[in-house]
Amino acid sequence: MPSTDSGLTAPGSTGPGSVGSDPAIRFQDVEKRFGDNVVLKNLNFSVQPGERVTLIGPSGSGKTTILRLIMTLESLTDGFIYINGSPLTHEERNGRRTALPPREVRRKTRQIGMVFQQFNLFPNMTVAENLIEAPMHVLGMSKADALAKARGLLDKVGLADKENEHPSRLSGGQQQRVAIARALAMDPEILLLDEVTSALDPELVDDVLNVLRRLAGETDITMLIVTHEMQFAKDVSQRVMMFDNGAILEDGPPEEIFTNPRHERTAKFLSAVLDQ
Amino acid sequence: MNFPDFSDFWSWERAFEALPILLRGFGNTLIATVLGTIIAAILGLLIAVLLRVLPGWIDWLLKLAVAFVRNTPLVVQLLFVYYLFAMNPVLIEVPALVIGTAMIGVHYATYMSESYRAGIDSVPKGQWEAISALSLPPGRAFRSVVLPQALRATIPSLGNYAVAMFKDTPFLFAISVVELVTSAQQYGARNFAYTEAFTLAGLIFLAASYPTSLLIRRMEKSLAQY
Ligand SMILES: Nc1ncnc2c1ncn2[C@@H]1O[C@H](COP(=O)(O)OP(=O)(O)OP(=O)(O)O)[C@@H](O)[C@H]1O
Ligand SMILES: [Mg+2]
Repeated sequence: MPSTDSGLTAPGSTGPGSVGSDPAIRFQDVEKRFGDNVVLKNLNFSVQPGERVTLIGPSGSGKTTILRLIMTLESLTDGFIYINGSPLTHEERNGRRTALPPREVRRKTRQIGMVFQQFNLFPNMTVAENLIEAPMHVLGMSKADALAKARGLLDKVGLADKENEHPSRLSGGQQQRVAIARALAMDPEILLLDEVTSALDPELVDDVLNVLRRLAGETDITMLIVTHEMQFAKDVSQRVMMFDNGAILEDGPPEEIFTNPRHERTAKFLSAVLDQ
Repeated sequence: MNFPDFSDFWSWERAFEALPILLRGFGNTLIATVLGTIIAAILGLLIAVLLRVLPGWIDWLLKLAVAFVRNTPLVVQLLFVYYLFAMNPVLIEVPALVIGTAMIGVHYATYMSESYRAGIDSVPKGQWEAISALSLPPGRAFRSVVLPQALRATIPSLGNYAVAMFKDTPFLFAISVVELVTSAQQYGARNFAYTEAFTLAGLIFLAASYPTSLLIRRMEKSLAQY
């Protein structure tokens, strides 16, 4: 059947019948520059739906930048990112790379959640208000439904009794668990975790990691994880990508990369992390 | 040895006679201050928001207008608009108090817009990132996240501007609005009782502005609570 489509469909996208076969995330020839500093160059990789991928690599290798590009907190300077097969911020239209309108970008980022190193809870709201804000005003849920869901999530992260507290009254570990619950309240298909325990006192790290371990066991959310907690990475991820200088140096299952790295750089990096 | 004779420059009789007249003038002062503050607070926020969202040249025009109002004296603006209405037969007659209140509001809106801007800028980058990560629409995010946090930093200076407006209301004399100071001036001249009139005027100012500044400090404290 000849297509009457006016070219609005990007080459990477497919019909609704075959959505299941698209990768959850696909980077195609992605380049990211900050001024003259080329941080990512010609980056290509895919993450399958439900896959848990840990990104490791030395400081400045571009791990955070990759997550921020997916969350559209940074804009890529060239190339394309596809989410479930459809373009995230730019598409190829009549052979030209064209930016998508903000509204359309937001429609895609709705499926993506992110948890930050510094939590970034809204300090002017209570814990419950933090959790119902986006479900009510982005997904259009009723307050009662959003609140019921928020309570369920707070229960899951072990903070059922804190719903009326303001974030400033919670410990870092509790704040981070609220932030995880806030991201989950949007039912994301993809969850981005950027060093979510790095700002925590050591004794608070396990509570947060255990919440994430449970989440990984109970759901099929696609996860992209940046962490220096190698045991945690081994526990939850099927795949580890080692970055160096904005390029993928190694890509494989954690057992392989952690015990049998193919590159000298990877071995050095791992022993440096384990020494800490 | 003679004690100075206070009755030379202070008469209780005159003071009691002046009080109701001054209070009537103070009514106009209050109207101009309260309504002017409301106008300035709303218009100032509108300007601050527009300066953030307007594109290119409109933004530039608005900046120019704001700079113009901020850098010319309030009295000149009052007189200009007053005579614009008074001399122009096409325009309807507007009471001087209305013109004066509106102009004080507009004048201070340009100052308050700057406070709002600083307040909005003080919202940490991480908050904007959380807004994006939750895909909150800009309008909603502004009302529920940015503005409440920006107000914490803005309220103290809005309060200071409200007090400054209060003290600027005597300029309304220029467009023949009889507020507190003018009514004191007029009573003093008519009865040769300046001391009584201006002493009372000062006391009324003090009686009004001191509780106001306490109230502002209260508001700051309650905002600082989270
Ligand atoms: N906003 C920015 N402006 C300019 N340069 C930036 C910016 N953000 C990141 N960079 C640069 O991009 C490079 C990659 O940074 P990125 O934060 O992605 O690294 P990372 O792998 O997350 O490092 P770390 O382990 O320290 O978090 C670095 O050289 C950094 O200096
Ligand atoms: Mg990083």
